[in-house]
Amino acid sequence: MKKVFVLTASLMIVLTLLACEERAQGTAPGTQPLPAAADNQPASAAMVKIDNFNFAPQTLTVNAGTTVTWSNGDDVPHNIVSTDKVFKSKTMDTDEKFSYTFTKPGTYNYYCSIHPRMTAAVVVK
Amino acid sequence: MADMAKDEISHDHNHDRIDRRGFLKCMAWAGTGALCLFKGGVLTSYSLSRPSEIPIGAKGELSFVQISDSHMGFNKPANPDVVATLKAAIDKINALPSLPEFLLHTGDISHLSKPEEFDTVDQLLKAATPKDAFFVPGEHDVLGDDGKQFLERYGKGSKGRGWYSFDKKGVHFIALVNVMDLKAGGLGTLGPEQLQWLQDDVKHLSMSTPIVVFAHIPLWSVYPDWGWGTQDSAQALGYLKRFGSVTVLNGHIHQIMQKVEGNVTFHTAMSTAFPQPAPGSAPSPGPMKVPAEQLRSVLGITDVNYVKGKHSLATVDSTLLDSAGA
Repeated sequence: MKKVFVLTASLMIVLTLLACEERAQGTAPGTQPLPAAADNQPASAAMVKIDNFNFAPQTLTVNAGTTVTWSNGDDVPHNIVSTDKVFKSKTMDTDEKFSYTFTKPGTYNYYCSIHPRMTAAVVVK
Repeated sequence: MADMAKDEISHDHNHDRIDRRGFLKCMAWAGTGALCLFKGGVLTSYSLSRPSEIPIGAKGELSFVQISDSHMGFNKPANPDVVATLKAAIDKINALPSLPEFLLHTGDISHLSKPEEFDTVDQLLKAATPKDAFFVPGEHDVLGDDGKQFLERYGKGSKGRGWYSFDKKGVHFIALVNVMDLKAGGLGTLGPEQLQWLQDDVKHLSMSTPIVVFAHIPLWSVYPDWGWGTQDSAQALGYLKRFGSVTVLNGHIHQIMQKVEGNVTFHTAMSTAFPQPAPGSAPSPGPMKVPAEQLRSVLGITDVNYVKGKHSLATVDSTLLDSAGA
């Protein structure tokens, strides 16, 4: 069950990345191409989905400059708190989102401070 | 209705096991409430969902009611009307044959720490016959402001992040806060400052003093994978080992579980808002959706009595069915 879910989530992220790439190449109106796109670099946006008290993907790897958006699919509130206090979201109720743009390479561990067993990481290349 | 009552977990006093069959069946969410009655220095509790089991004229030296996890503001399918289920819990309290002296609320008063959510609960509780109420915060009550609002509303006279103690008719009550400064990967936390305070707080008490500890997250490891435990609770319980009667009342997990360890009886209460699954029985501890007609059978209130001669707390939880007219 969980595997299927993770696979689905991964697929969604890949699709999102593909969509972003297309958009960054100037096909979508009103979208500003990001510097990364000009150099033909991948992914300027990525998603992390919260479902069943889990972040998916557990570890998200992105290039510097990527904006990561978290979305809460649970019936209870969650938040996104960087373990090193780099970023912190407000409390996100069902379907609410939070975005943060990662500019510097590194590993950013984060958790939900309401449900601290929920941990995950963003790796920025 | 009577059939519903049979499906609840009743007691497992003086045994180190949980009534699992009953436990699995009681995954409902109909407004937590327990009547706690101290008689001759020993505490017994009765479920407010089964008022017929409360002895007529049962008074004892002291009685109080525990309610929990009202989650005011929650409006998802699991329970679109948490106001109605809290009201039903209050109706049950008011229908008790003898008036409890006060209410304990073991946290998650609100769902999102919004002022209007606290206001609504405060307003509803005004209809409860017991006028005194004591609170501890749940993690939902301290969102975004590290508990500042909670302390302003409920923390008068408390120490540190909101802990305090008080005495009622020879029973020492200790309110602990274990929902603040939660660390990545961790469980509920009391912290060194609170533990030090607790040690000092009980130092002067004689070992025959009955102790009631209440906190939101269970002070025993119910299911650490879901964060249902408190990482430094062993140290706190260590300070209470010498006492002959210790009762620990918690909320957070929205279902009844009981456990006895030596002189310590642990008890978790149902929610007045929505049920959560039994540990490990679902992918996550998220709210359980049950058919509307069953909702009130899974919410309840807990009565506790204290009876001398037995060093355990007898708690019985009731559902909201009876008084709610569901």
